[in-house]
Amino acid sequence: MSKEYETVIGLEVHVELATKTKIFCSCSTEFGGKPNSHTCPVCTGMPGSLPVLNKQVVEYAMAVGIATNCEITRHNKFDRKNYFYPDNPQNYQISQLYLPICRNGGIEIETEYGKKTIGIHEIHMEEDAGKLVHDEWEDVSVVDFNRSGVPLIEIVSEPDMRSADEVIAYLDKLRLIIQYLGASDCKLNEGSMRADVNLSIREVGAPEFGTRTEMKNLNSFRAIARAIEGERARQIDLIESGEKVVQETRRWDDNKETSHAMRSKEDAQDYRYFPEPDLVPVVIDDDWIARVKARQPQMRTEKMARYQEEFGLPAYDAEILTGDKKLADLFEAATEICHKPKKVSNWLMVETMRLLKDNNMDPDQITFSPVNLAKIVNLADAGAVTNTVAKEVFELVFKEDIDPERYVEEKGLKTVNDEGLLRTTIEQIIKDNPQSVEDYHNGKEKAIGFLVGQTMKAMKGKANPGMVNQIIKELLS
Amino acid sequence: MDLMSLTATELGRKIKAKEVSVTEAVTAALEAIEKRESMVHSFVTVDKEGALSCAKEVQRKIDDGTLSGPLAGVPAAVKDNMCTKGLLTTCSSKILSNFMPTYTASAVLNLKEAGMVVIGKTNMDEFAMGSTTETSAYGVTKNPWNTEHVPGGSSGGSCAAVAAEECSVALGSDTGGSIRQPSSFCGVTGLKPTYGTVSRYGLIAYGSSLDQIGPVAKDVTDCAALLEAIASYDSKDSTSIRRESYHFTEALVDDVKGLKIGIPRDYFGAGLDEDVRAAVLAAAKALEEKGAIVEEFDLGLVEYAIPAYYIIACAEASSNLARFDGVKYGYRTTDYEGLHNMYKKSRSEGFGAEVKRRIMLGSFVLSSGYYDAYYLKALRTKALIKQEFDKAFAKYDVILGPAAPTTAPKIGQSLGDPIKMYLGDIYTISVNLAGLPGISLPCGTDRAGLPIGLQLIGDCFKENNIIRAAYAYERTRAYEHSPVAR
Repeated sequence: MSKEYETVIGLEVHVELATKTKIFCSCSTEFGGKPNSHTCPVCTGMPGSLPVLNKQVVEYAMAVGIATNCEITRHNKFDRKNYFYPDNPQNYQISQLYLPICRNGGIEIETEYGKKTIGIHEIHMEEDAGKLVHDEWEDVSVVDFNRSGVPLIEIVSEPDMRSADEVIAYLDKLRLIIQYLGASDCKLNEGSMRADVNLSIREVGAPEFGTRTEMKNLNSFRAIARAIEGERARQIDLIESGEKVVQETRRWDDNKETSHAMRSKEDAQDYRYFPEPDLVPVVIDDDWIARVKARQPQMRTEKMARYQEEFGLPAYDAEILTGDKKLADLFEAATEICHKPKKVSNWLMVETMRLLKDNNMDPDQITFSPVNLAKIVNLADAGAVTNTVAKEVFELVFKEDIDPERYVEEKGLKTVNDEGLLRTTIEQIIKDNPQSVEDYHNGKEKAIGFLVGQTMKAMKGKANPGMVNQIIKELLS
Repeated sequence: MDLMSLTATELGRKIKAKEVSVTEAVTAALEAIEKRESMVHSFVTVDKEGALSCAKEVQRKIDDGTLSGPLAGVPAAVKDNMCTKGLLTTCSSKILSNFMPTYTASAVLNLKEAGMVVIGKTNMDEFAMGSTTETSAYGVTKNPWNTEHVPGGSSGGSCAAVAAEECSVALGSDTGGSIRQPSSFCGVTGLKPTYGTVSRYGLIAYGSSLDQIGPVAKDVTDCAALLEAIASYDSKDSTSIRRESYHFTEALVDDVKGLKIGIPRDYFGAGLDEDVRAAVLAAAKALEEKGAIVEEFDLGLVEYAIPAYYIIACAEASSNLARFDGVKYGYRTTDYEGLHNMYKKSRSEGFGAEVKRRIMLGSFVLSSGYYDAYYLKALRTKALIKQEFDKAFAKYDVILGPAAPTTAPKIGQSLGDPIKMYLGDIYTISVNLAGLPGISLPCGTDRAGLPIGLQLIGDCFKENNIIRAAYAYERTRAYEHSPVAR
C-alpha cells in the first residue's frame, strides 16, 4: 500500500534593497555599470577601510518588518560571517546573526484551499557579494565588485508551506508588499529577489519533520514550482527505496529539470560568527518606528477598496490593477492627470495587457509615462481620434513613449468633423456605387455599412463615424 | 645647531620665525636617517623625494599664512600600518610587500593638514603583533639606547626613530600597549588616546575594538600638540566619537595641586623589575611633592586582562587579516594549482610565525562550540575590567604605574617564549580593554642604563588629566638624548 506524504517547505528570500547607495559606503547601487566602476576602498575590502551603515537600509528593513507584522529589534547589531571566496573582498560578510532587525512576523496568503498565515522567523540585513566572471577562453576568473556591498535583506520564513501553490502565493504576496513599500523592485530574473527553498517530506500525521535539503538557483516562479515538485518526488523515491535523505544544499538546473548536490552538512563551513567591531549598535526607538509607520504606503487591500470607493472602479478592475505595483502606480498617476479613472483602467486592462502578452513582457517592464497614457485617454474620449487610430497610436506610446497629441497633430490623424467636406465626399461615393444605393432602398440595411466603409477609406480612417452614418442616411432618404 | 635634537615644538617655532626653512628641517631629518639607520633600522620606507617636495609646498603655505600651527614644517614618521596614498604600506609583512594604497588614512591626512612632512614609514611588529619589533619581515629595529636591545613593540620603529632623532615626531598605534611599551623602552613619550578619539580609517586593523592611533614624541608638549593635530571626529569611522574638546595643549600646566593619583598595588607585584619599581615610585613621590594627593588602592581583575585581551584581539585579527589572500593586492605565491592552493600557499608564505599563531588562536576561539566559552567570556571580562576602572576613577583623576615590568630585553630573547612575551603587556593591556587614555614618559634608567617608562592612565575623555600630571612630572627632570642621537 502506498503511503501518503506531506511536503514541508520553508523559504529564505534575499531581496536587494532599492537604496541609491551601498550599505556601507557611498558607491552607487546601479545595475549594469562597467565592471568595478562602482567601487571604493570599502566595498573592495582595501586594508584599513571601514564600513559606515546606510540608515536607509535600516528604514527599508523596518518597513518590510512592519508590513509583515514582525517585532522590531530595538538594539541591533551586525555580525561578521567569515568565509573565503574571491567575490567576497574582505573574506567575511557583514550580516546579522544574533540580533536580526525583525522577528516573529507573518503574512496571510490565499490559495484555492483558503486562507493561511505563513510565519516569518526573522528578517536580517546584510551585504551582497561581488560577481565572479569566468573566462573559459583565457582560463582565468576575474571579479567585478560593483554588486559588492549592495544592501540585502534576508527574509526567513517558518516551515509553514505545504505545496508549490502556497510557496508561489507567499512569494507573490511578499513581492507585492515589498514593491508597494518601494523597498525593492523584486525582479527574480535580475536577481533582486532570490529564493532558496528548504524542503522535507514526512508521512501524513508524523510528528517530526523529515531531513531537509536546501535548493538554490531558482530564477523564476516557474522554476521554483518545478524544483519543489522535483525535490518532493526525489525525496519520496529515496525513502520508498529504503534510503535516507541527506541534509545538503542542492542546485537546481531548470533546463534539465533536475538538481545536483552542491555540499552536504558534513562539509558545511564554520562561519565563526562574531559581533562586527567596526560598527556601533543601531538603536531603534519608538519615534523612529512611528516615523517609518507614518510613511508606510497603502497596501493592496486598502488600495483595492479605495479604487472602488474613490474612483468607482468595478471590483474586478481594482483587483487586477492593484495586483501589480507598476499598473497601480500608472493608473493613479494617469487618473490624477485626466480624471477619467474607468477610461484609464480600460486602457491598462485591455490594450496594455494585450501588448504585454504579445511582447511576452511583465508589467514592471512598461516604459510609457502616465502623461502619455492620459493624453491617449483624452484624445479617444473627446472623439478627437477614432478608436482605431487611438489604438494604433497607443502601440507607439507603448513601444516608444511618444507624445500622442503631437504625433496625431503631425501625422494629421485627427478625426474630420467638417460636415461640408464629409457631404461632398459621401455624395461622390453614392454616385460611384449605385448598386449599393439600390440594395439599400430594397431593404438591405447592410448596404449602408459598405458605403460607410468606402467613405472611411476615402477619408483615410479619420472621418467622424457618427457624422458619416448620419449624412449617408440623410442623403439616401 | 642640530635641528633634530630640538623638540618638535621648538623646531616648529624656529620654522615659524623663519630661522629655519622647512627644507632645512626635512634635510636634517633625512641626513640623520642616513647617518643612523644602519645602527637602528627604524624605517621600512624613507620617502626622500616626497618629503623634499612636500617641504617646499609646506614652506609656501607657511609663507602665505595658510599654515600657522605649532608643528607646521616638522618632519614626522608614520607607522607602516597606516595607509599612505602612493607610498608603500607593508605592515612589516611579506604579504603586503608590494602594497601601494589608493588612499591616505584620516589621521595621516590630519597630520599633513597641520603642515607636518611625512619622511617615511616606520618598522613594526608584523601587523602590530608583538612586543619587540622582531616579528617584522624587514629586519629588527634596534634600541637607540643600546643597539643590542629591542626597542619594544609593536610601534618600535616609530619610538626608535624619535629616540634616535631621525624625525621630530611619529605616529604609532596601540592595541595592547604598542605605543606606551616601546616609548618606555626607548625613553620617549607616547600617548594612547581614548578609543574613538583618532580616526581608524586607513589604519590596517589588528584588533578593531582596541586599536587606536596616537602620538610618539620627545616630550609631553609635543605629544599633546601632535594629538591635537590628529584627533578629529571622522564620519568614515563608525567608532569615531565627536568629543567636546580637542584642546589637549590646554592641559600643559605645571600644577598638580589637589590632583588625586591612585597607585594600584596589583601593578607592583611579582615579576616587576626592582629598578623599574624604584623609578616609578620615585616619580609618584615627585608628583606628591608638587601637591598631588597620592594613595595606593586595589584595582582587581588585573590577572584576567591578558587572557581576555589575547582572545579578543586574536579573534578580531583572524577575521581582519582574512582579506590578505593574494587575490586583490599584496603577495601571491608564484606556483599554485587552483583557488584553495593559491590561498593556502600565499598566506603560508606571506605571514610570519607570530601572525599565524594569532590567526590560529583567533580562529579557534571563534569556532562553533567554543565561542561562548572563550570569546563571549572574554567580552564579559572586558566589561568587568571597565567597571573596575570606573570604580577607581570615581576616586582618582589619574592611575599611576609602570608601563612595562622590565626595561628592554636583548634582541633574540623574547620570541622563543611567546607566553612570557605576552605577560610583559600586563600593565598596558587593560587600558585598551577599557578604552582609556594612557601615556608613557621617561622616568629614569635602570642599572644597565636603559630607559624606564612611567605610565599614567586617565578616565575616558580625560586625556587632559594625564597630560597635566605628565607635564608636571616632566618638569622635574631634563630630557635625556639617546646614545645613538648624541
